[in-house]
Amino acid sequence: MNANAPSQAEPPAVATLSNQQRNPGMALTPEMFESHAVNRSATQRRAATLVTRRSVKKENQAAWLVNAIRCMDLTTLSGDDTEGRVRRLCAKARQPLSPELVAGLGIADMKLTTGAVCVYPTMVPHAVKALSGTDIPVASVATGFPAGLMPLHLRLEEIRWAIGEGAGEIDIVITREHVLNRNWQALYDEIAQMRAACGLVHIKVILGTGDLQTLRNVYAASMIAMQAGADFIKTSTGKETVNATLPVSLVMTRAIRDYRMATGYKVGFKPAGGMKSAKDALNWQILMKEELGNEWLKPDRFRLGASSMLGDIERQLEHHITGRYSAAHRHSVA
Amino acid sequence: MSSIANLIDSMDYGPAPESADIVETWLDAHKQGFGLYINGKMQPPTEELAEITNPATGKVIAKVSRATSEDVDAAVAAARAAFPKWSSLPGHERARYMYALARHIQQHARFLAVLESMDNGKPIREARDIDVPLVARHFYHHAGWAELMETEFPGAKPLGVCGQVIPWNFPLLMMAWKVAPALAAGNTVVIKPASFTPLSALAFTRICDEVGLPEGVVNVVTGNYQAGQQIVAHPDVNKIAFTGSTPVGQDIRKRTAGSGKKLTLELGGKSPFIVFADADLDAAVEGVVDAIWFNQGQVCCAGSRILVAEGVAERFTALLKARMASLKCGSPLDKCTDIGAIVHPSQKRSIEELVAKGVAQGAELYQGAAMEGCFYPPTLAMNVEPANILATEEIFGPVATLTSFRTPEDAVLLANNTRYGLAASIWSENINLALATAAQVKAGVVWINSTNVFDAGAGFGGYRESGYGREGGREGMLSYLELPGPGPQKNEDDIPAPIRPEPGVGGRLAGIDRTAKFYIGGKQKRPDGNYAYPVIHPKSGKLVGLAGDGNRKDIRDAVEAASNARGWGGSTGHNRAQILYFLAENLAARSDEFADRLQSFGVTAANATREVETSIRRAFWYAAQADKFDGMVHSTQSSFVTLAMYEALGVMGLVCPTAHPLLGLVSLLLPALAMGNCVVAIPSQTWPLSATDLYQVLETSDIPAGVVNIVTGDRESLAKTLADHDGVDGLWYFGSEAGIKRVEESSIGNLKQTWTEPGGRRDWLGKDGYGRSFLYKATQVKNIWVPYGE
Repeated sequence: MNANAPSQAEPPAVATLSNQQRNPGMALTPEMFESHAVNRSATQRRAATLVTRRSVKKENQAAWLVNAIRCMDLTTLSGDDTEGRVRRLCAKARQPLSPELVAGLGIADMKLTTGAVCVYPTMVPHAVKALSGTDIPVASVATGFPAGLMPLHLRLEEIRWAIGEGAGEIDIVITREHVLNRNWQALYDEIAQMRAACGLVHIKVILGTGDLQTLRNVYAASMIAMQAGADFIKTSTGKETVNATLPVSLVMTRAIRDYRMATGYKVGFKPAGGMKSAKDALNWQILMKEELGNEWLKPDRFRLGASSMLGDIERQLEHHITGRYSAAHRHSVA
Repeated sequence: MSSIANLIDSMDYGPAPESADIVETWLDAHKQGFGLYINGKMQPPTEELAEITNPATGKVIAKVSRATSEDVDAAVAAARAAFPKWSSLPGHERARYMYALARHIQQHARFLAVLESMDNGKPIREARDIDVPLVARHFYHHAGWAELMETEFPGAKPLGVCGQVIPWNFPLLMMAWKVAPALAAGNTVVIKPASFTPLSALAFTRICDEVGLPEGVVNVVTGNYQAGQQIVAHPDVNKIAFTGSTPVGQDIRKRTAGSGKKLTLELGGKSPFIVFADADLDAAVEGVVDAIWFNQGQVCCAGSRILVAEGVAERFTALLKARMASLKCGSPLDKCTDIGAIVHPSQKRSIEELVAKGVAQGAELYQGAAMEGCFYPPTLAMNVEPANILATEEIFGPVATLTSFRTPEDAVLLANNTRYGLAASIWSENINLALATAAQVKAGVVWINSTNVFDAGAGFGGYRESGYGREGGREGMLSYLELPGPGPQKNEDDIPAPIRPEPGVGGRLAGIDRTAKFYIGGKQKRPDGNYAYPVIHPKSGKLVGLAGDGNRKDIRDAVEAASNARGWGGSTGHNRAQILYFLAENLAARSDEFADRLQSFGVTAANATREVETSIRRAFWYAAQADKFDGMVHSTQSSFVTLAMYEALGVMGLVCPTAHPLLGLVSLLLPALAMGNCVVAIPSQTWPLSATDLYQVLETSDIPAGVVNIVTGDRESLAKTLADHDGVDGLWYFGSEAGIKRVEESSIGNLKQTWTEPGGRRDWLGKDGYGRSFLYKATQVKNIWVPYGE
């Protein structure tokens, strides 16, 4: 795919849902979330023990870390992003591990890349160019990221523009005010229109959970996003004061499970923001496996939105191979 | 494909074994056998040794000594010898030792966790994340109580030598729950670990040495149940603390009856787990995991009876079954294991037998997976009616029953339909409903939207046949302290002259005859047997009057009336205070009449007036306390309010001393009433007529019918009937030494709380005749854990 491709083009085949399985959405159905109780202290307790009940060591851990790379939306979303910066990120996405590590792990055949790169809309052309010849999709944030407080027609236009520039996935933000004021219909309509603007391109709906405050709000917003046709629901922009946490992620995965039980459609999950370590990568995969099962450990239903996590994973993998602890400067930067 | 690529395909967790090397080295160093720990020294192994197996592997991992009765004697003697010095240390000195124990437990945390997992079969995650941190927390908390003893419990004294019999389900934690408060209070201990799981207690002795704990303060005798029995029976042991099964607890109560030993019993349970329709069902499902699939369900407070609102039962069951599928039953030392080994093959057989009976009675099972060997799968038993053995008997395994209910009232009815009363878990987002249910459930610990949460700062212990006494918190310290009160006196035994219910044995009647019936359900009732006995002036020999000679059926009727009056306990402290003040007022209005009556029993005029005046003051004192004997909010875990509420025992029997016919009765009656109990009183056998005179005062004071019931007659036989009665929750007995033994022995049927004392010990007119200690004994503490956070 290149920057000149028409926006109606098929999104990259690899690592995404086929459009036959896409969640088509449904009518706004408040009874699926309005009376749904989420008890915070119990949720926190489960989130805390989820990751102490399970442990992944040695070969298995190496495999899980490689899987995390496969599911990673390698991200740069900074005001000082430049073409050069994005090019470097894309180079890392193409080759997240050094050839020595790849050989050491015996995964040359995998042709490992990250799941996607994730950038601001104006960086999409640079990313598309830098990733040409690969199957790595470019995910663009849109709709007035990160606050989303822009007129709706401009937000919809931003989606169309980014797709026109070659974005293969769109990460939109919701109007948090609609959740805080319980204006479910407005929220549903907004997301549904964004989904329509995305066309065949997959849409990830960022809830900005740090702004939503309560876990009941998180559950309601998750369910509305799915009812409006989200392909993925995503925790955070990375710009809120609190970003991806395990309790919030637990609530969102339970909403995904409930939506599946009600409709049969399997919506993906993307935690983003604040996850920096290989341990985080393991923890969130444990959450997915325990709450949703192995199907949600593949890039078509699970993405980790992260920037610095990859570096820590590399160090851990090198330790796995050499038995020695590694240092950051020994791995190429993103 | 490389193995990594294969693993990415399967995304299995793979093995994550915790290393046992260091523990194995330690066990290997003791392969000749562990000795007993007496007087600060590890003794050479006894001739006869018991093999200790790791239930997960079936392999023998250690041999431990079998204590003989001489060994028990030596351990008790060592504890006795250490007691004077240890108990007279300033609290601060004891606090230093306890702080050191806490620190060293933390520093040896992984060693203890691995050892505990190998000995008991529990998953390493639980030993590591729950048991051992709670052990350390318990010693820290009680280091604090040691420091604060003088200021927080002024005048209180340690009890002496404490015999502590530890269960096998949480060997180290239950030991800590007993040892920490005992040592903090200044007692010395003889510990008898469970015969299946003695190793962590032996490891603890190494830590005692390491911190330089004085010799003899802690002694550990391993062995079988006989060693436990010898400790229980030992004449030089002052207190027994036991955690284990209800039948053994009953046996201990029986064996210690009349011995004067203090007792804390933490026994079985069949705790309800109530899920209301508005609950966070996912949270409740996870609660079930923490309730019944924690420690393989071998938890006395396990939420083993799931009661779920009919409207959400189907969805809840589906969620629960889905959750069961992801539980991992496996090697306890694997960090991914949720469900480890059952402690011993005999326990596994016991679970299997109970489940088989339950199935024969109609239960349908849904089970997860289990490993081969001494493992049992997580099990959900459905279609379980209240009479099914799985709903009534403690299984002590990973088996929960699931029953639906219609209304909150129905839920409470089912929840309380059990002999036990240890814990309850309540799931609802409606705070009114959750707290109302918490108040109604008969349980010592109530968790709202949570389960199996523990902290050293809160009391733990049960109602009903789940035992008595508390472990943890301020209330737990009271189980190891003697509050200020009278010591033994000379000639304190209280044996009244026998009753002679034949006519004509009491001389001539002086004055107008007054008919003294019983007072049952707010009405004056004739004795069922229709016998009466004479009350005689001790000097003149004249007949003062006739009193009814009550029998078993009168007691039965009185208890029935008291049970039906339980609304009294739900009235406010203010309401009860008003009524007790009114009682004082009415008694004062008739004080001359009551003084005359006392004189008719041979009491001097001055003493009679003093007794009546004191009775009136006592009514004021307890009226004042009725709305002031507050509970507490314990400082426990973050995001929890832990409410320690004093609740009435329920129906109390009061057996009054012979002397002080009026004051003896009101001194027992008033604290019981002030705290909301309904009572059946047996007044002074020899001079019961002050009590029968009180009926009219009770009536005019607006005391609701059935709250006070009075039956006169033969103290010993009536007390025995009360002690035997399963509908009586507490019994105070002030009488003879022989009667104390009999009452304590008979109390085991429903394990009612007893308070016994020779009737002649206490100076009822003085400061020993009233006080907070009466209020403590008229109540039990319910700890309600309320989480917060939205």
